[in-house]
Amino acid sequence: MAATRTMGPFMADAIVQVSPAWAVLAPVGLLLFALAGAGLNGALTARSAGRPFLSGASAPLAQVARLLRQRRQVTVAADVLLWRVGAGGLVVVALLKILVIPLGSWTLADLDVGIVWFNTMDVMVWALFWLIGWGANSAHALVGGYRFLSLAVAYELPLMFALITPAVAARSLRVGDVVAAQQHLWFVTWMPIAFVIFCSSVIAFSSWGPFAAAVGRDIAGGFLTDVSGVDRLLILTGRYAVLTAGAAFAVPLFLGGGAGPLLPAWLWTIAKTALVLAALITIRHRVPTIRPDRFAEVAWVIVLPATLLQVLIVAIMAKGS
Amino acid sequence: MLIDILFWVLALVSVASGVAVFMVDSMARATYALAVSFVAVGIMLVMVNLEYIGIITILMMVMEMAIMAVYMVMYMGMNPALMPMDMTHNKRWSAVLAAGTFVLLATGVLLIPWPARIGAPAADLTASLGEAIMGPKMLAMLTISPVLFATIIAGLVIANPRGRYDRWGDDLKRGTPDDPMQGGLGR
Repeated sequence: MAATRTMGPFMADAIVQVSPAWAVLAPVGLLLFALAGAGLNGALTARSAGRPFLSGASAPLAQVARLLRQRRQVTVAADVLLWRVGAGGLVVVALLKILVIPLGSWTLADLDVGIVWFNTMDVMVWALFWLIGWGANSAHALVGGYRFLSLAVAYELPLMFALITPAVAARSLRVGDVVAAQQHLWFVTWMPIAFVIFCSSVIAFSSWGPFAAAVGRDIAGGFLTDVSGVDRLLILTGRYAVLTAGAAFAVPLFLGGGAGPLLPAWLWTIAKTALVLAALITIRHRVPTIRPDRFAEVAWVIVLPATLLQVLIVAIMAKGS
Repeated sequence: MLIDILFWVLALVSVASGVAVFMVDSMARATYALAVSFVAVGIMLVMVNLEYIGIITILMMVMEMAIMAVYMVMYMGMNPALMPMDMTHNKRWSAVLAAGTFVLLATGVLLIPWPARIGAPAADLTASLGEAIMGPKMLAMLTISPVLFATIIAGLVIANPRGRYDRWGDDLKRGTPDDPMQGGLGR
């Protein structure tokens, strides 16, 4: 799998694959980001409720403590195996996603097909959210799982084309090559449609903000209805982790990776990831929830052709350059 | 050595979860047992350096199984599919068919004089796969694509219970379409 690579013309600060031993730091970083995201969300919630900012920011820690102590409730005739797989899988999928995301110039897995790898991991989320909904053997949870799948059918194709657009410009599915191709100009500047659609899809596959109908209040919390204790903790953490992984992937894909003045490359990656994540978290407090059944038509009639148009323009420009 | 062990473990997982598809008593478990089987096969493909095909197999199959679970439950009717049920039917003839196919293929594997490898694999298999599909086979792909696309459209047209005359009226002049589900674009 560790294929050697010939040095191309752009390889001034090439992405290098570091020892797998560094992988132990990946979960730490991911969970810290997830916690920071949850803290920001708590702070924003507190502010809109008129409570002090800081009381909200520490709310996630209190919730972690509460959920760790909470006794696990099991519904009648629950499919416990599939339920647990769904609950535990989200964090795992988020971790697998960040394997291919370079931190500055270091990456854990410099796959030939890193972009496809990321795409595969976000498809795993389809299965996991549905399994969480299915496992509880309860109507509202199952409706939540189905809602997520109906949303997934709407966002996945635009997401795939948004992922392909930087790959077309870089002429490679390797994340390192995509970063190298942005040495002179970040992709966000000349493929803004793909960037916006990618970010929206990240929000969607995290079942977050405007795309959180699957955990909507109108169905009593959707697939979160019956999960409690450590399962609930894993799912909530997993949602933030998946959101973080998506925000982090926007950096090598559209925002030039670790490129930036003064600071070291790894710090730029972290700073850009934090900025994107903060934007994704904040949007939840600004935009109403979108109904998946109505959104499907918009996604297929407007968003999908927009991404195709974006790929076409980028392909023509990449061919010409 | 470690790679060999991993390969055999994955092979066992893929076969065992394939068997589990017919042993379990729930639609969801059967579907996702099949997904596990495909994921194991996908990882094995990655292990023989077919990264793109391996990973794309996992992507397609997990997506397909997620949708298939919905359809399996739907076609069974809500009640039986949500309850424990047997995943097999027509047991005797399926057993005969399965055993026969196995014997046929296994005999083939053992009796065929397998050719020795000619040449070496390309350095970048993903790129050479792309060139193989998009280069000399482009004409075939260009011919197949419209046919497949036309088939999909035709299938949808035949299956569609409500056409544009139902939605927009006999003279297609209704202001807003008469849809059972409101919402979407321009409504």
